[in-house]
Amino acid sequence: MPKTVAEKIFDSHRVDNPAGEMYVLGLDAVFCHEITTPVAVNDLVSRGKDRVFDPSRIKVVIDHVTPAKDSKTALQGKILRDWAKRNNIKHFFDIGRNGVCHVLFPEQGFVRPGSTIIMGDSHTCTHGAFGAFAAGVGTTDLEVGILKGVCAFRYPRSMKIQISGTLRKGVYAKDVILHILGELGVNGATDQVIEFAGPVVEEMTMESRMTLCNMAVEAGATCGICYPDMTTVDYLWPFIKDEFDAPEAALAYYRKFLPDPDAQYNSIVEFDVSNLSPQVTFGYKPDNVRPVSEMEGTPVDQVYIGSCTNGRLEDLRVAAEVLAGRRISDSVRGIVSPATPETYRMAMEEGILGTFLDAGFCVTNPTCGACLGMSNGVIAEGEVCASTTNRNFYGRMGKGGMVHLMSPATAAATAVAGHITNSKLYA
Amino acid sequence: MRNFGGKVLFLDRSDINTDEIIPARYLTEVSKEALKPCLLEDLNLEGFDPEKDIKGRQVVVARANFGCGSSREHAPWALEVNGIHMVIAESFARIFRQNMFNCGMLAIELPSEAIDRIFDEFAGADTEIYAGLDTGILKVKGGGGEDEIAFSISEFDRALVEAGGWVEYADLHY
Ligand code: SF4
Repeated sequence: MPKTVAEKIFDSHRVDNPAGEMYVLGLDAVFCHEITTPVAVNDLVSRGKDRVFDPSRIKVVIDHVTPAKDSKTALQGKILRDWAKRNNIKHFFDIGRNGVCHVLFPEQGFVRPGSTIIMGDSHTCTHGAFGAFAAGVGTTDLEVGILKGVCAFRYPRSMKIQISGTLRKGVYAKDVILHILGELGVNGATDQVIEFAGPVVEEMTMESRMTLCNMAVEAGATCGICYPDMTTVDYLWPFIKDEFDAPEAALAYYRKFLPDPDAQYNSIVEFDVSNLSPQVTFGYKPDNVRPVSEMEGTPVDQVYIGSCTNGRLEDLRVAAEVLAGRRISDSVRGIVSPATPETYRMAMEEGILGTFLDAGFCVTNPTCGACLGMSNGVIAEGEVCASTTNRNFYGRMGKGGMVHLMSPATAAATAVAGHITNSKLYA
Repeated sequence: MRNFGGKVLFLDRSDINTDEIIPARYLTEVSKEALKPCLLEDLNLEGFDPEKDIKGRQVVVARANFGCGSSREHAPWALEVNGIHMVIAESFARIFRQNMFNCGMLAIELPSEAIDRIFDEFAGADTEIYAGLDTGILKVKGGGGEDEIAFSISEFDRALVEAGGWVEYADLHY
């Protein structure tokens, strides 16, 4: 039987098939952060099961609210910190070394093609960019994952999205995924795995592929997957160089997890993005998408550049290119949050942080912060935020606030203009 | 097996996301009980008043793609601590649906015609719905009328409900 990527991963990780289509998979990694894990920890303790299946396969970060903003968030951090210590979890990223989970963990080399990963976070689908099956789960799934190293999923149905053409200058992975969401709808891929394929994806950096896969869940998908290739291997090489003689050998091995030519898909959708222009959302759902030109002139109060969608070095570089030598509008508050300490350091060395400061941006430490309206840039009722994040839900960045999702280039241009506008990079 | 059912809270909208069910500002809580007063606080639905409309309801009926967005299990917990153990909708987001069964609660999917019928004939009135897990029948009562609607859940979901949730099930099997 020819198989999709997800089918190959399911078949190689199957522990049980308790009923019908349900598979219980063995997990290669369980990722944890301080918002969804403490309740699982407390529950394990109260059940007298304060154990973990394998401390080396559990990776933990405090990222959503850091530094802690009050006693409650301090307690969440403490529960996680104490638990990691008790259970001998070495990969624990606390303040000074912490950053947004879905940027930090790949950067640390924790994601491999063909592996299985869960996390109590819906954007875990980001890690599919490496050809892994990575799925967001709730706290109970996380708890069982921590304790037993397994998780139950329905045998995957897959959708293949073929992206062809050539991206115009000033148009990015974020615009591509926003456009795709506009077409699929927020329910368009529910309970399916999306394979992103085609020449445009092959040309993308790992960072851009992560941006693409990051928002797969916004269409309801379990995971977004890109095919491992030399770009994947080059990114991973520092972490796998002891496992393989040469990068080519690594690629040959990872090719096991490419789909078979006759694999069965629920649907195959083709997008030609040659004429795609920069995109932006306009409502309270991530599928409310239109070209930036149609939203031109919409005033904003705040611009936020960061998050697991667009807080990577490549994103900050593009934004800095737009901002270079310019000041943001007096009517706008600009906030940039480099997603990890490494991103921060590189952006500092390249002079990018200086460009942001000169333009009038506030540079925060790496954190999720304003993305989910918990800290570092919550907006007031009736305010509008132009944001490089992934959700524009009603109240997402602050009760009664409006969020417009866009690429870092558009966000930077919007900060300068004081209203939504295309960047000069898009001609 | 425990009984599911009671008075219905009608939420006439699709794509109700988990940020609306329980806003992120309450995710700093480490106990489920603390979520009780915050349920549906940010729901974007005209005429809905969380302070008045939630009390005394045990069942939610909504349209398509209920529980999309964030993976936060705080959403089912916030329902649970308010005494709501069953959500009926045309469809669910995967994580929310799994979270409900993982907690030993019910997320029942019905075809759109059946959901339309419940809304058309019963919304607004004091309606009660009971799920017969052995019969596969939902009994709907209210506004002087009664209706019976067939439903099904998968074998695995039933096993989770019977075990009391996924932690209990996994403990027995793995
Ligand atoms: S940056 Fe935003 S979307 Fe990403 S993990 Fe953090 S809160 Fe979630």
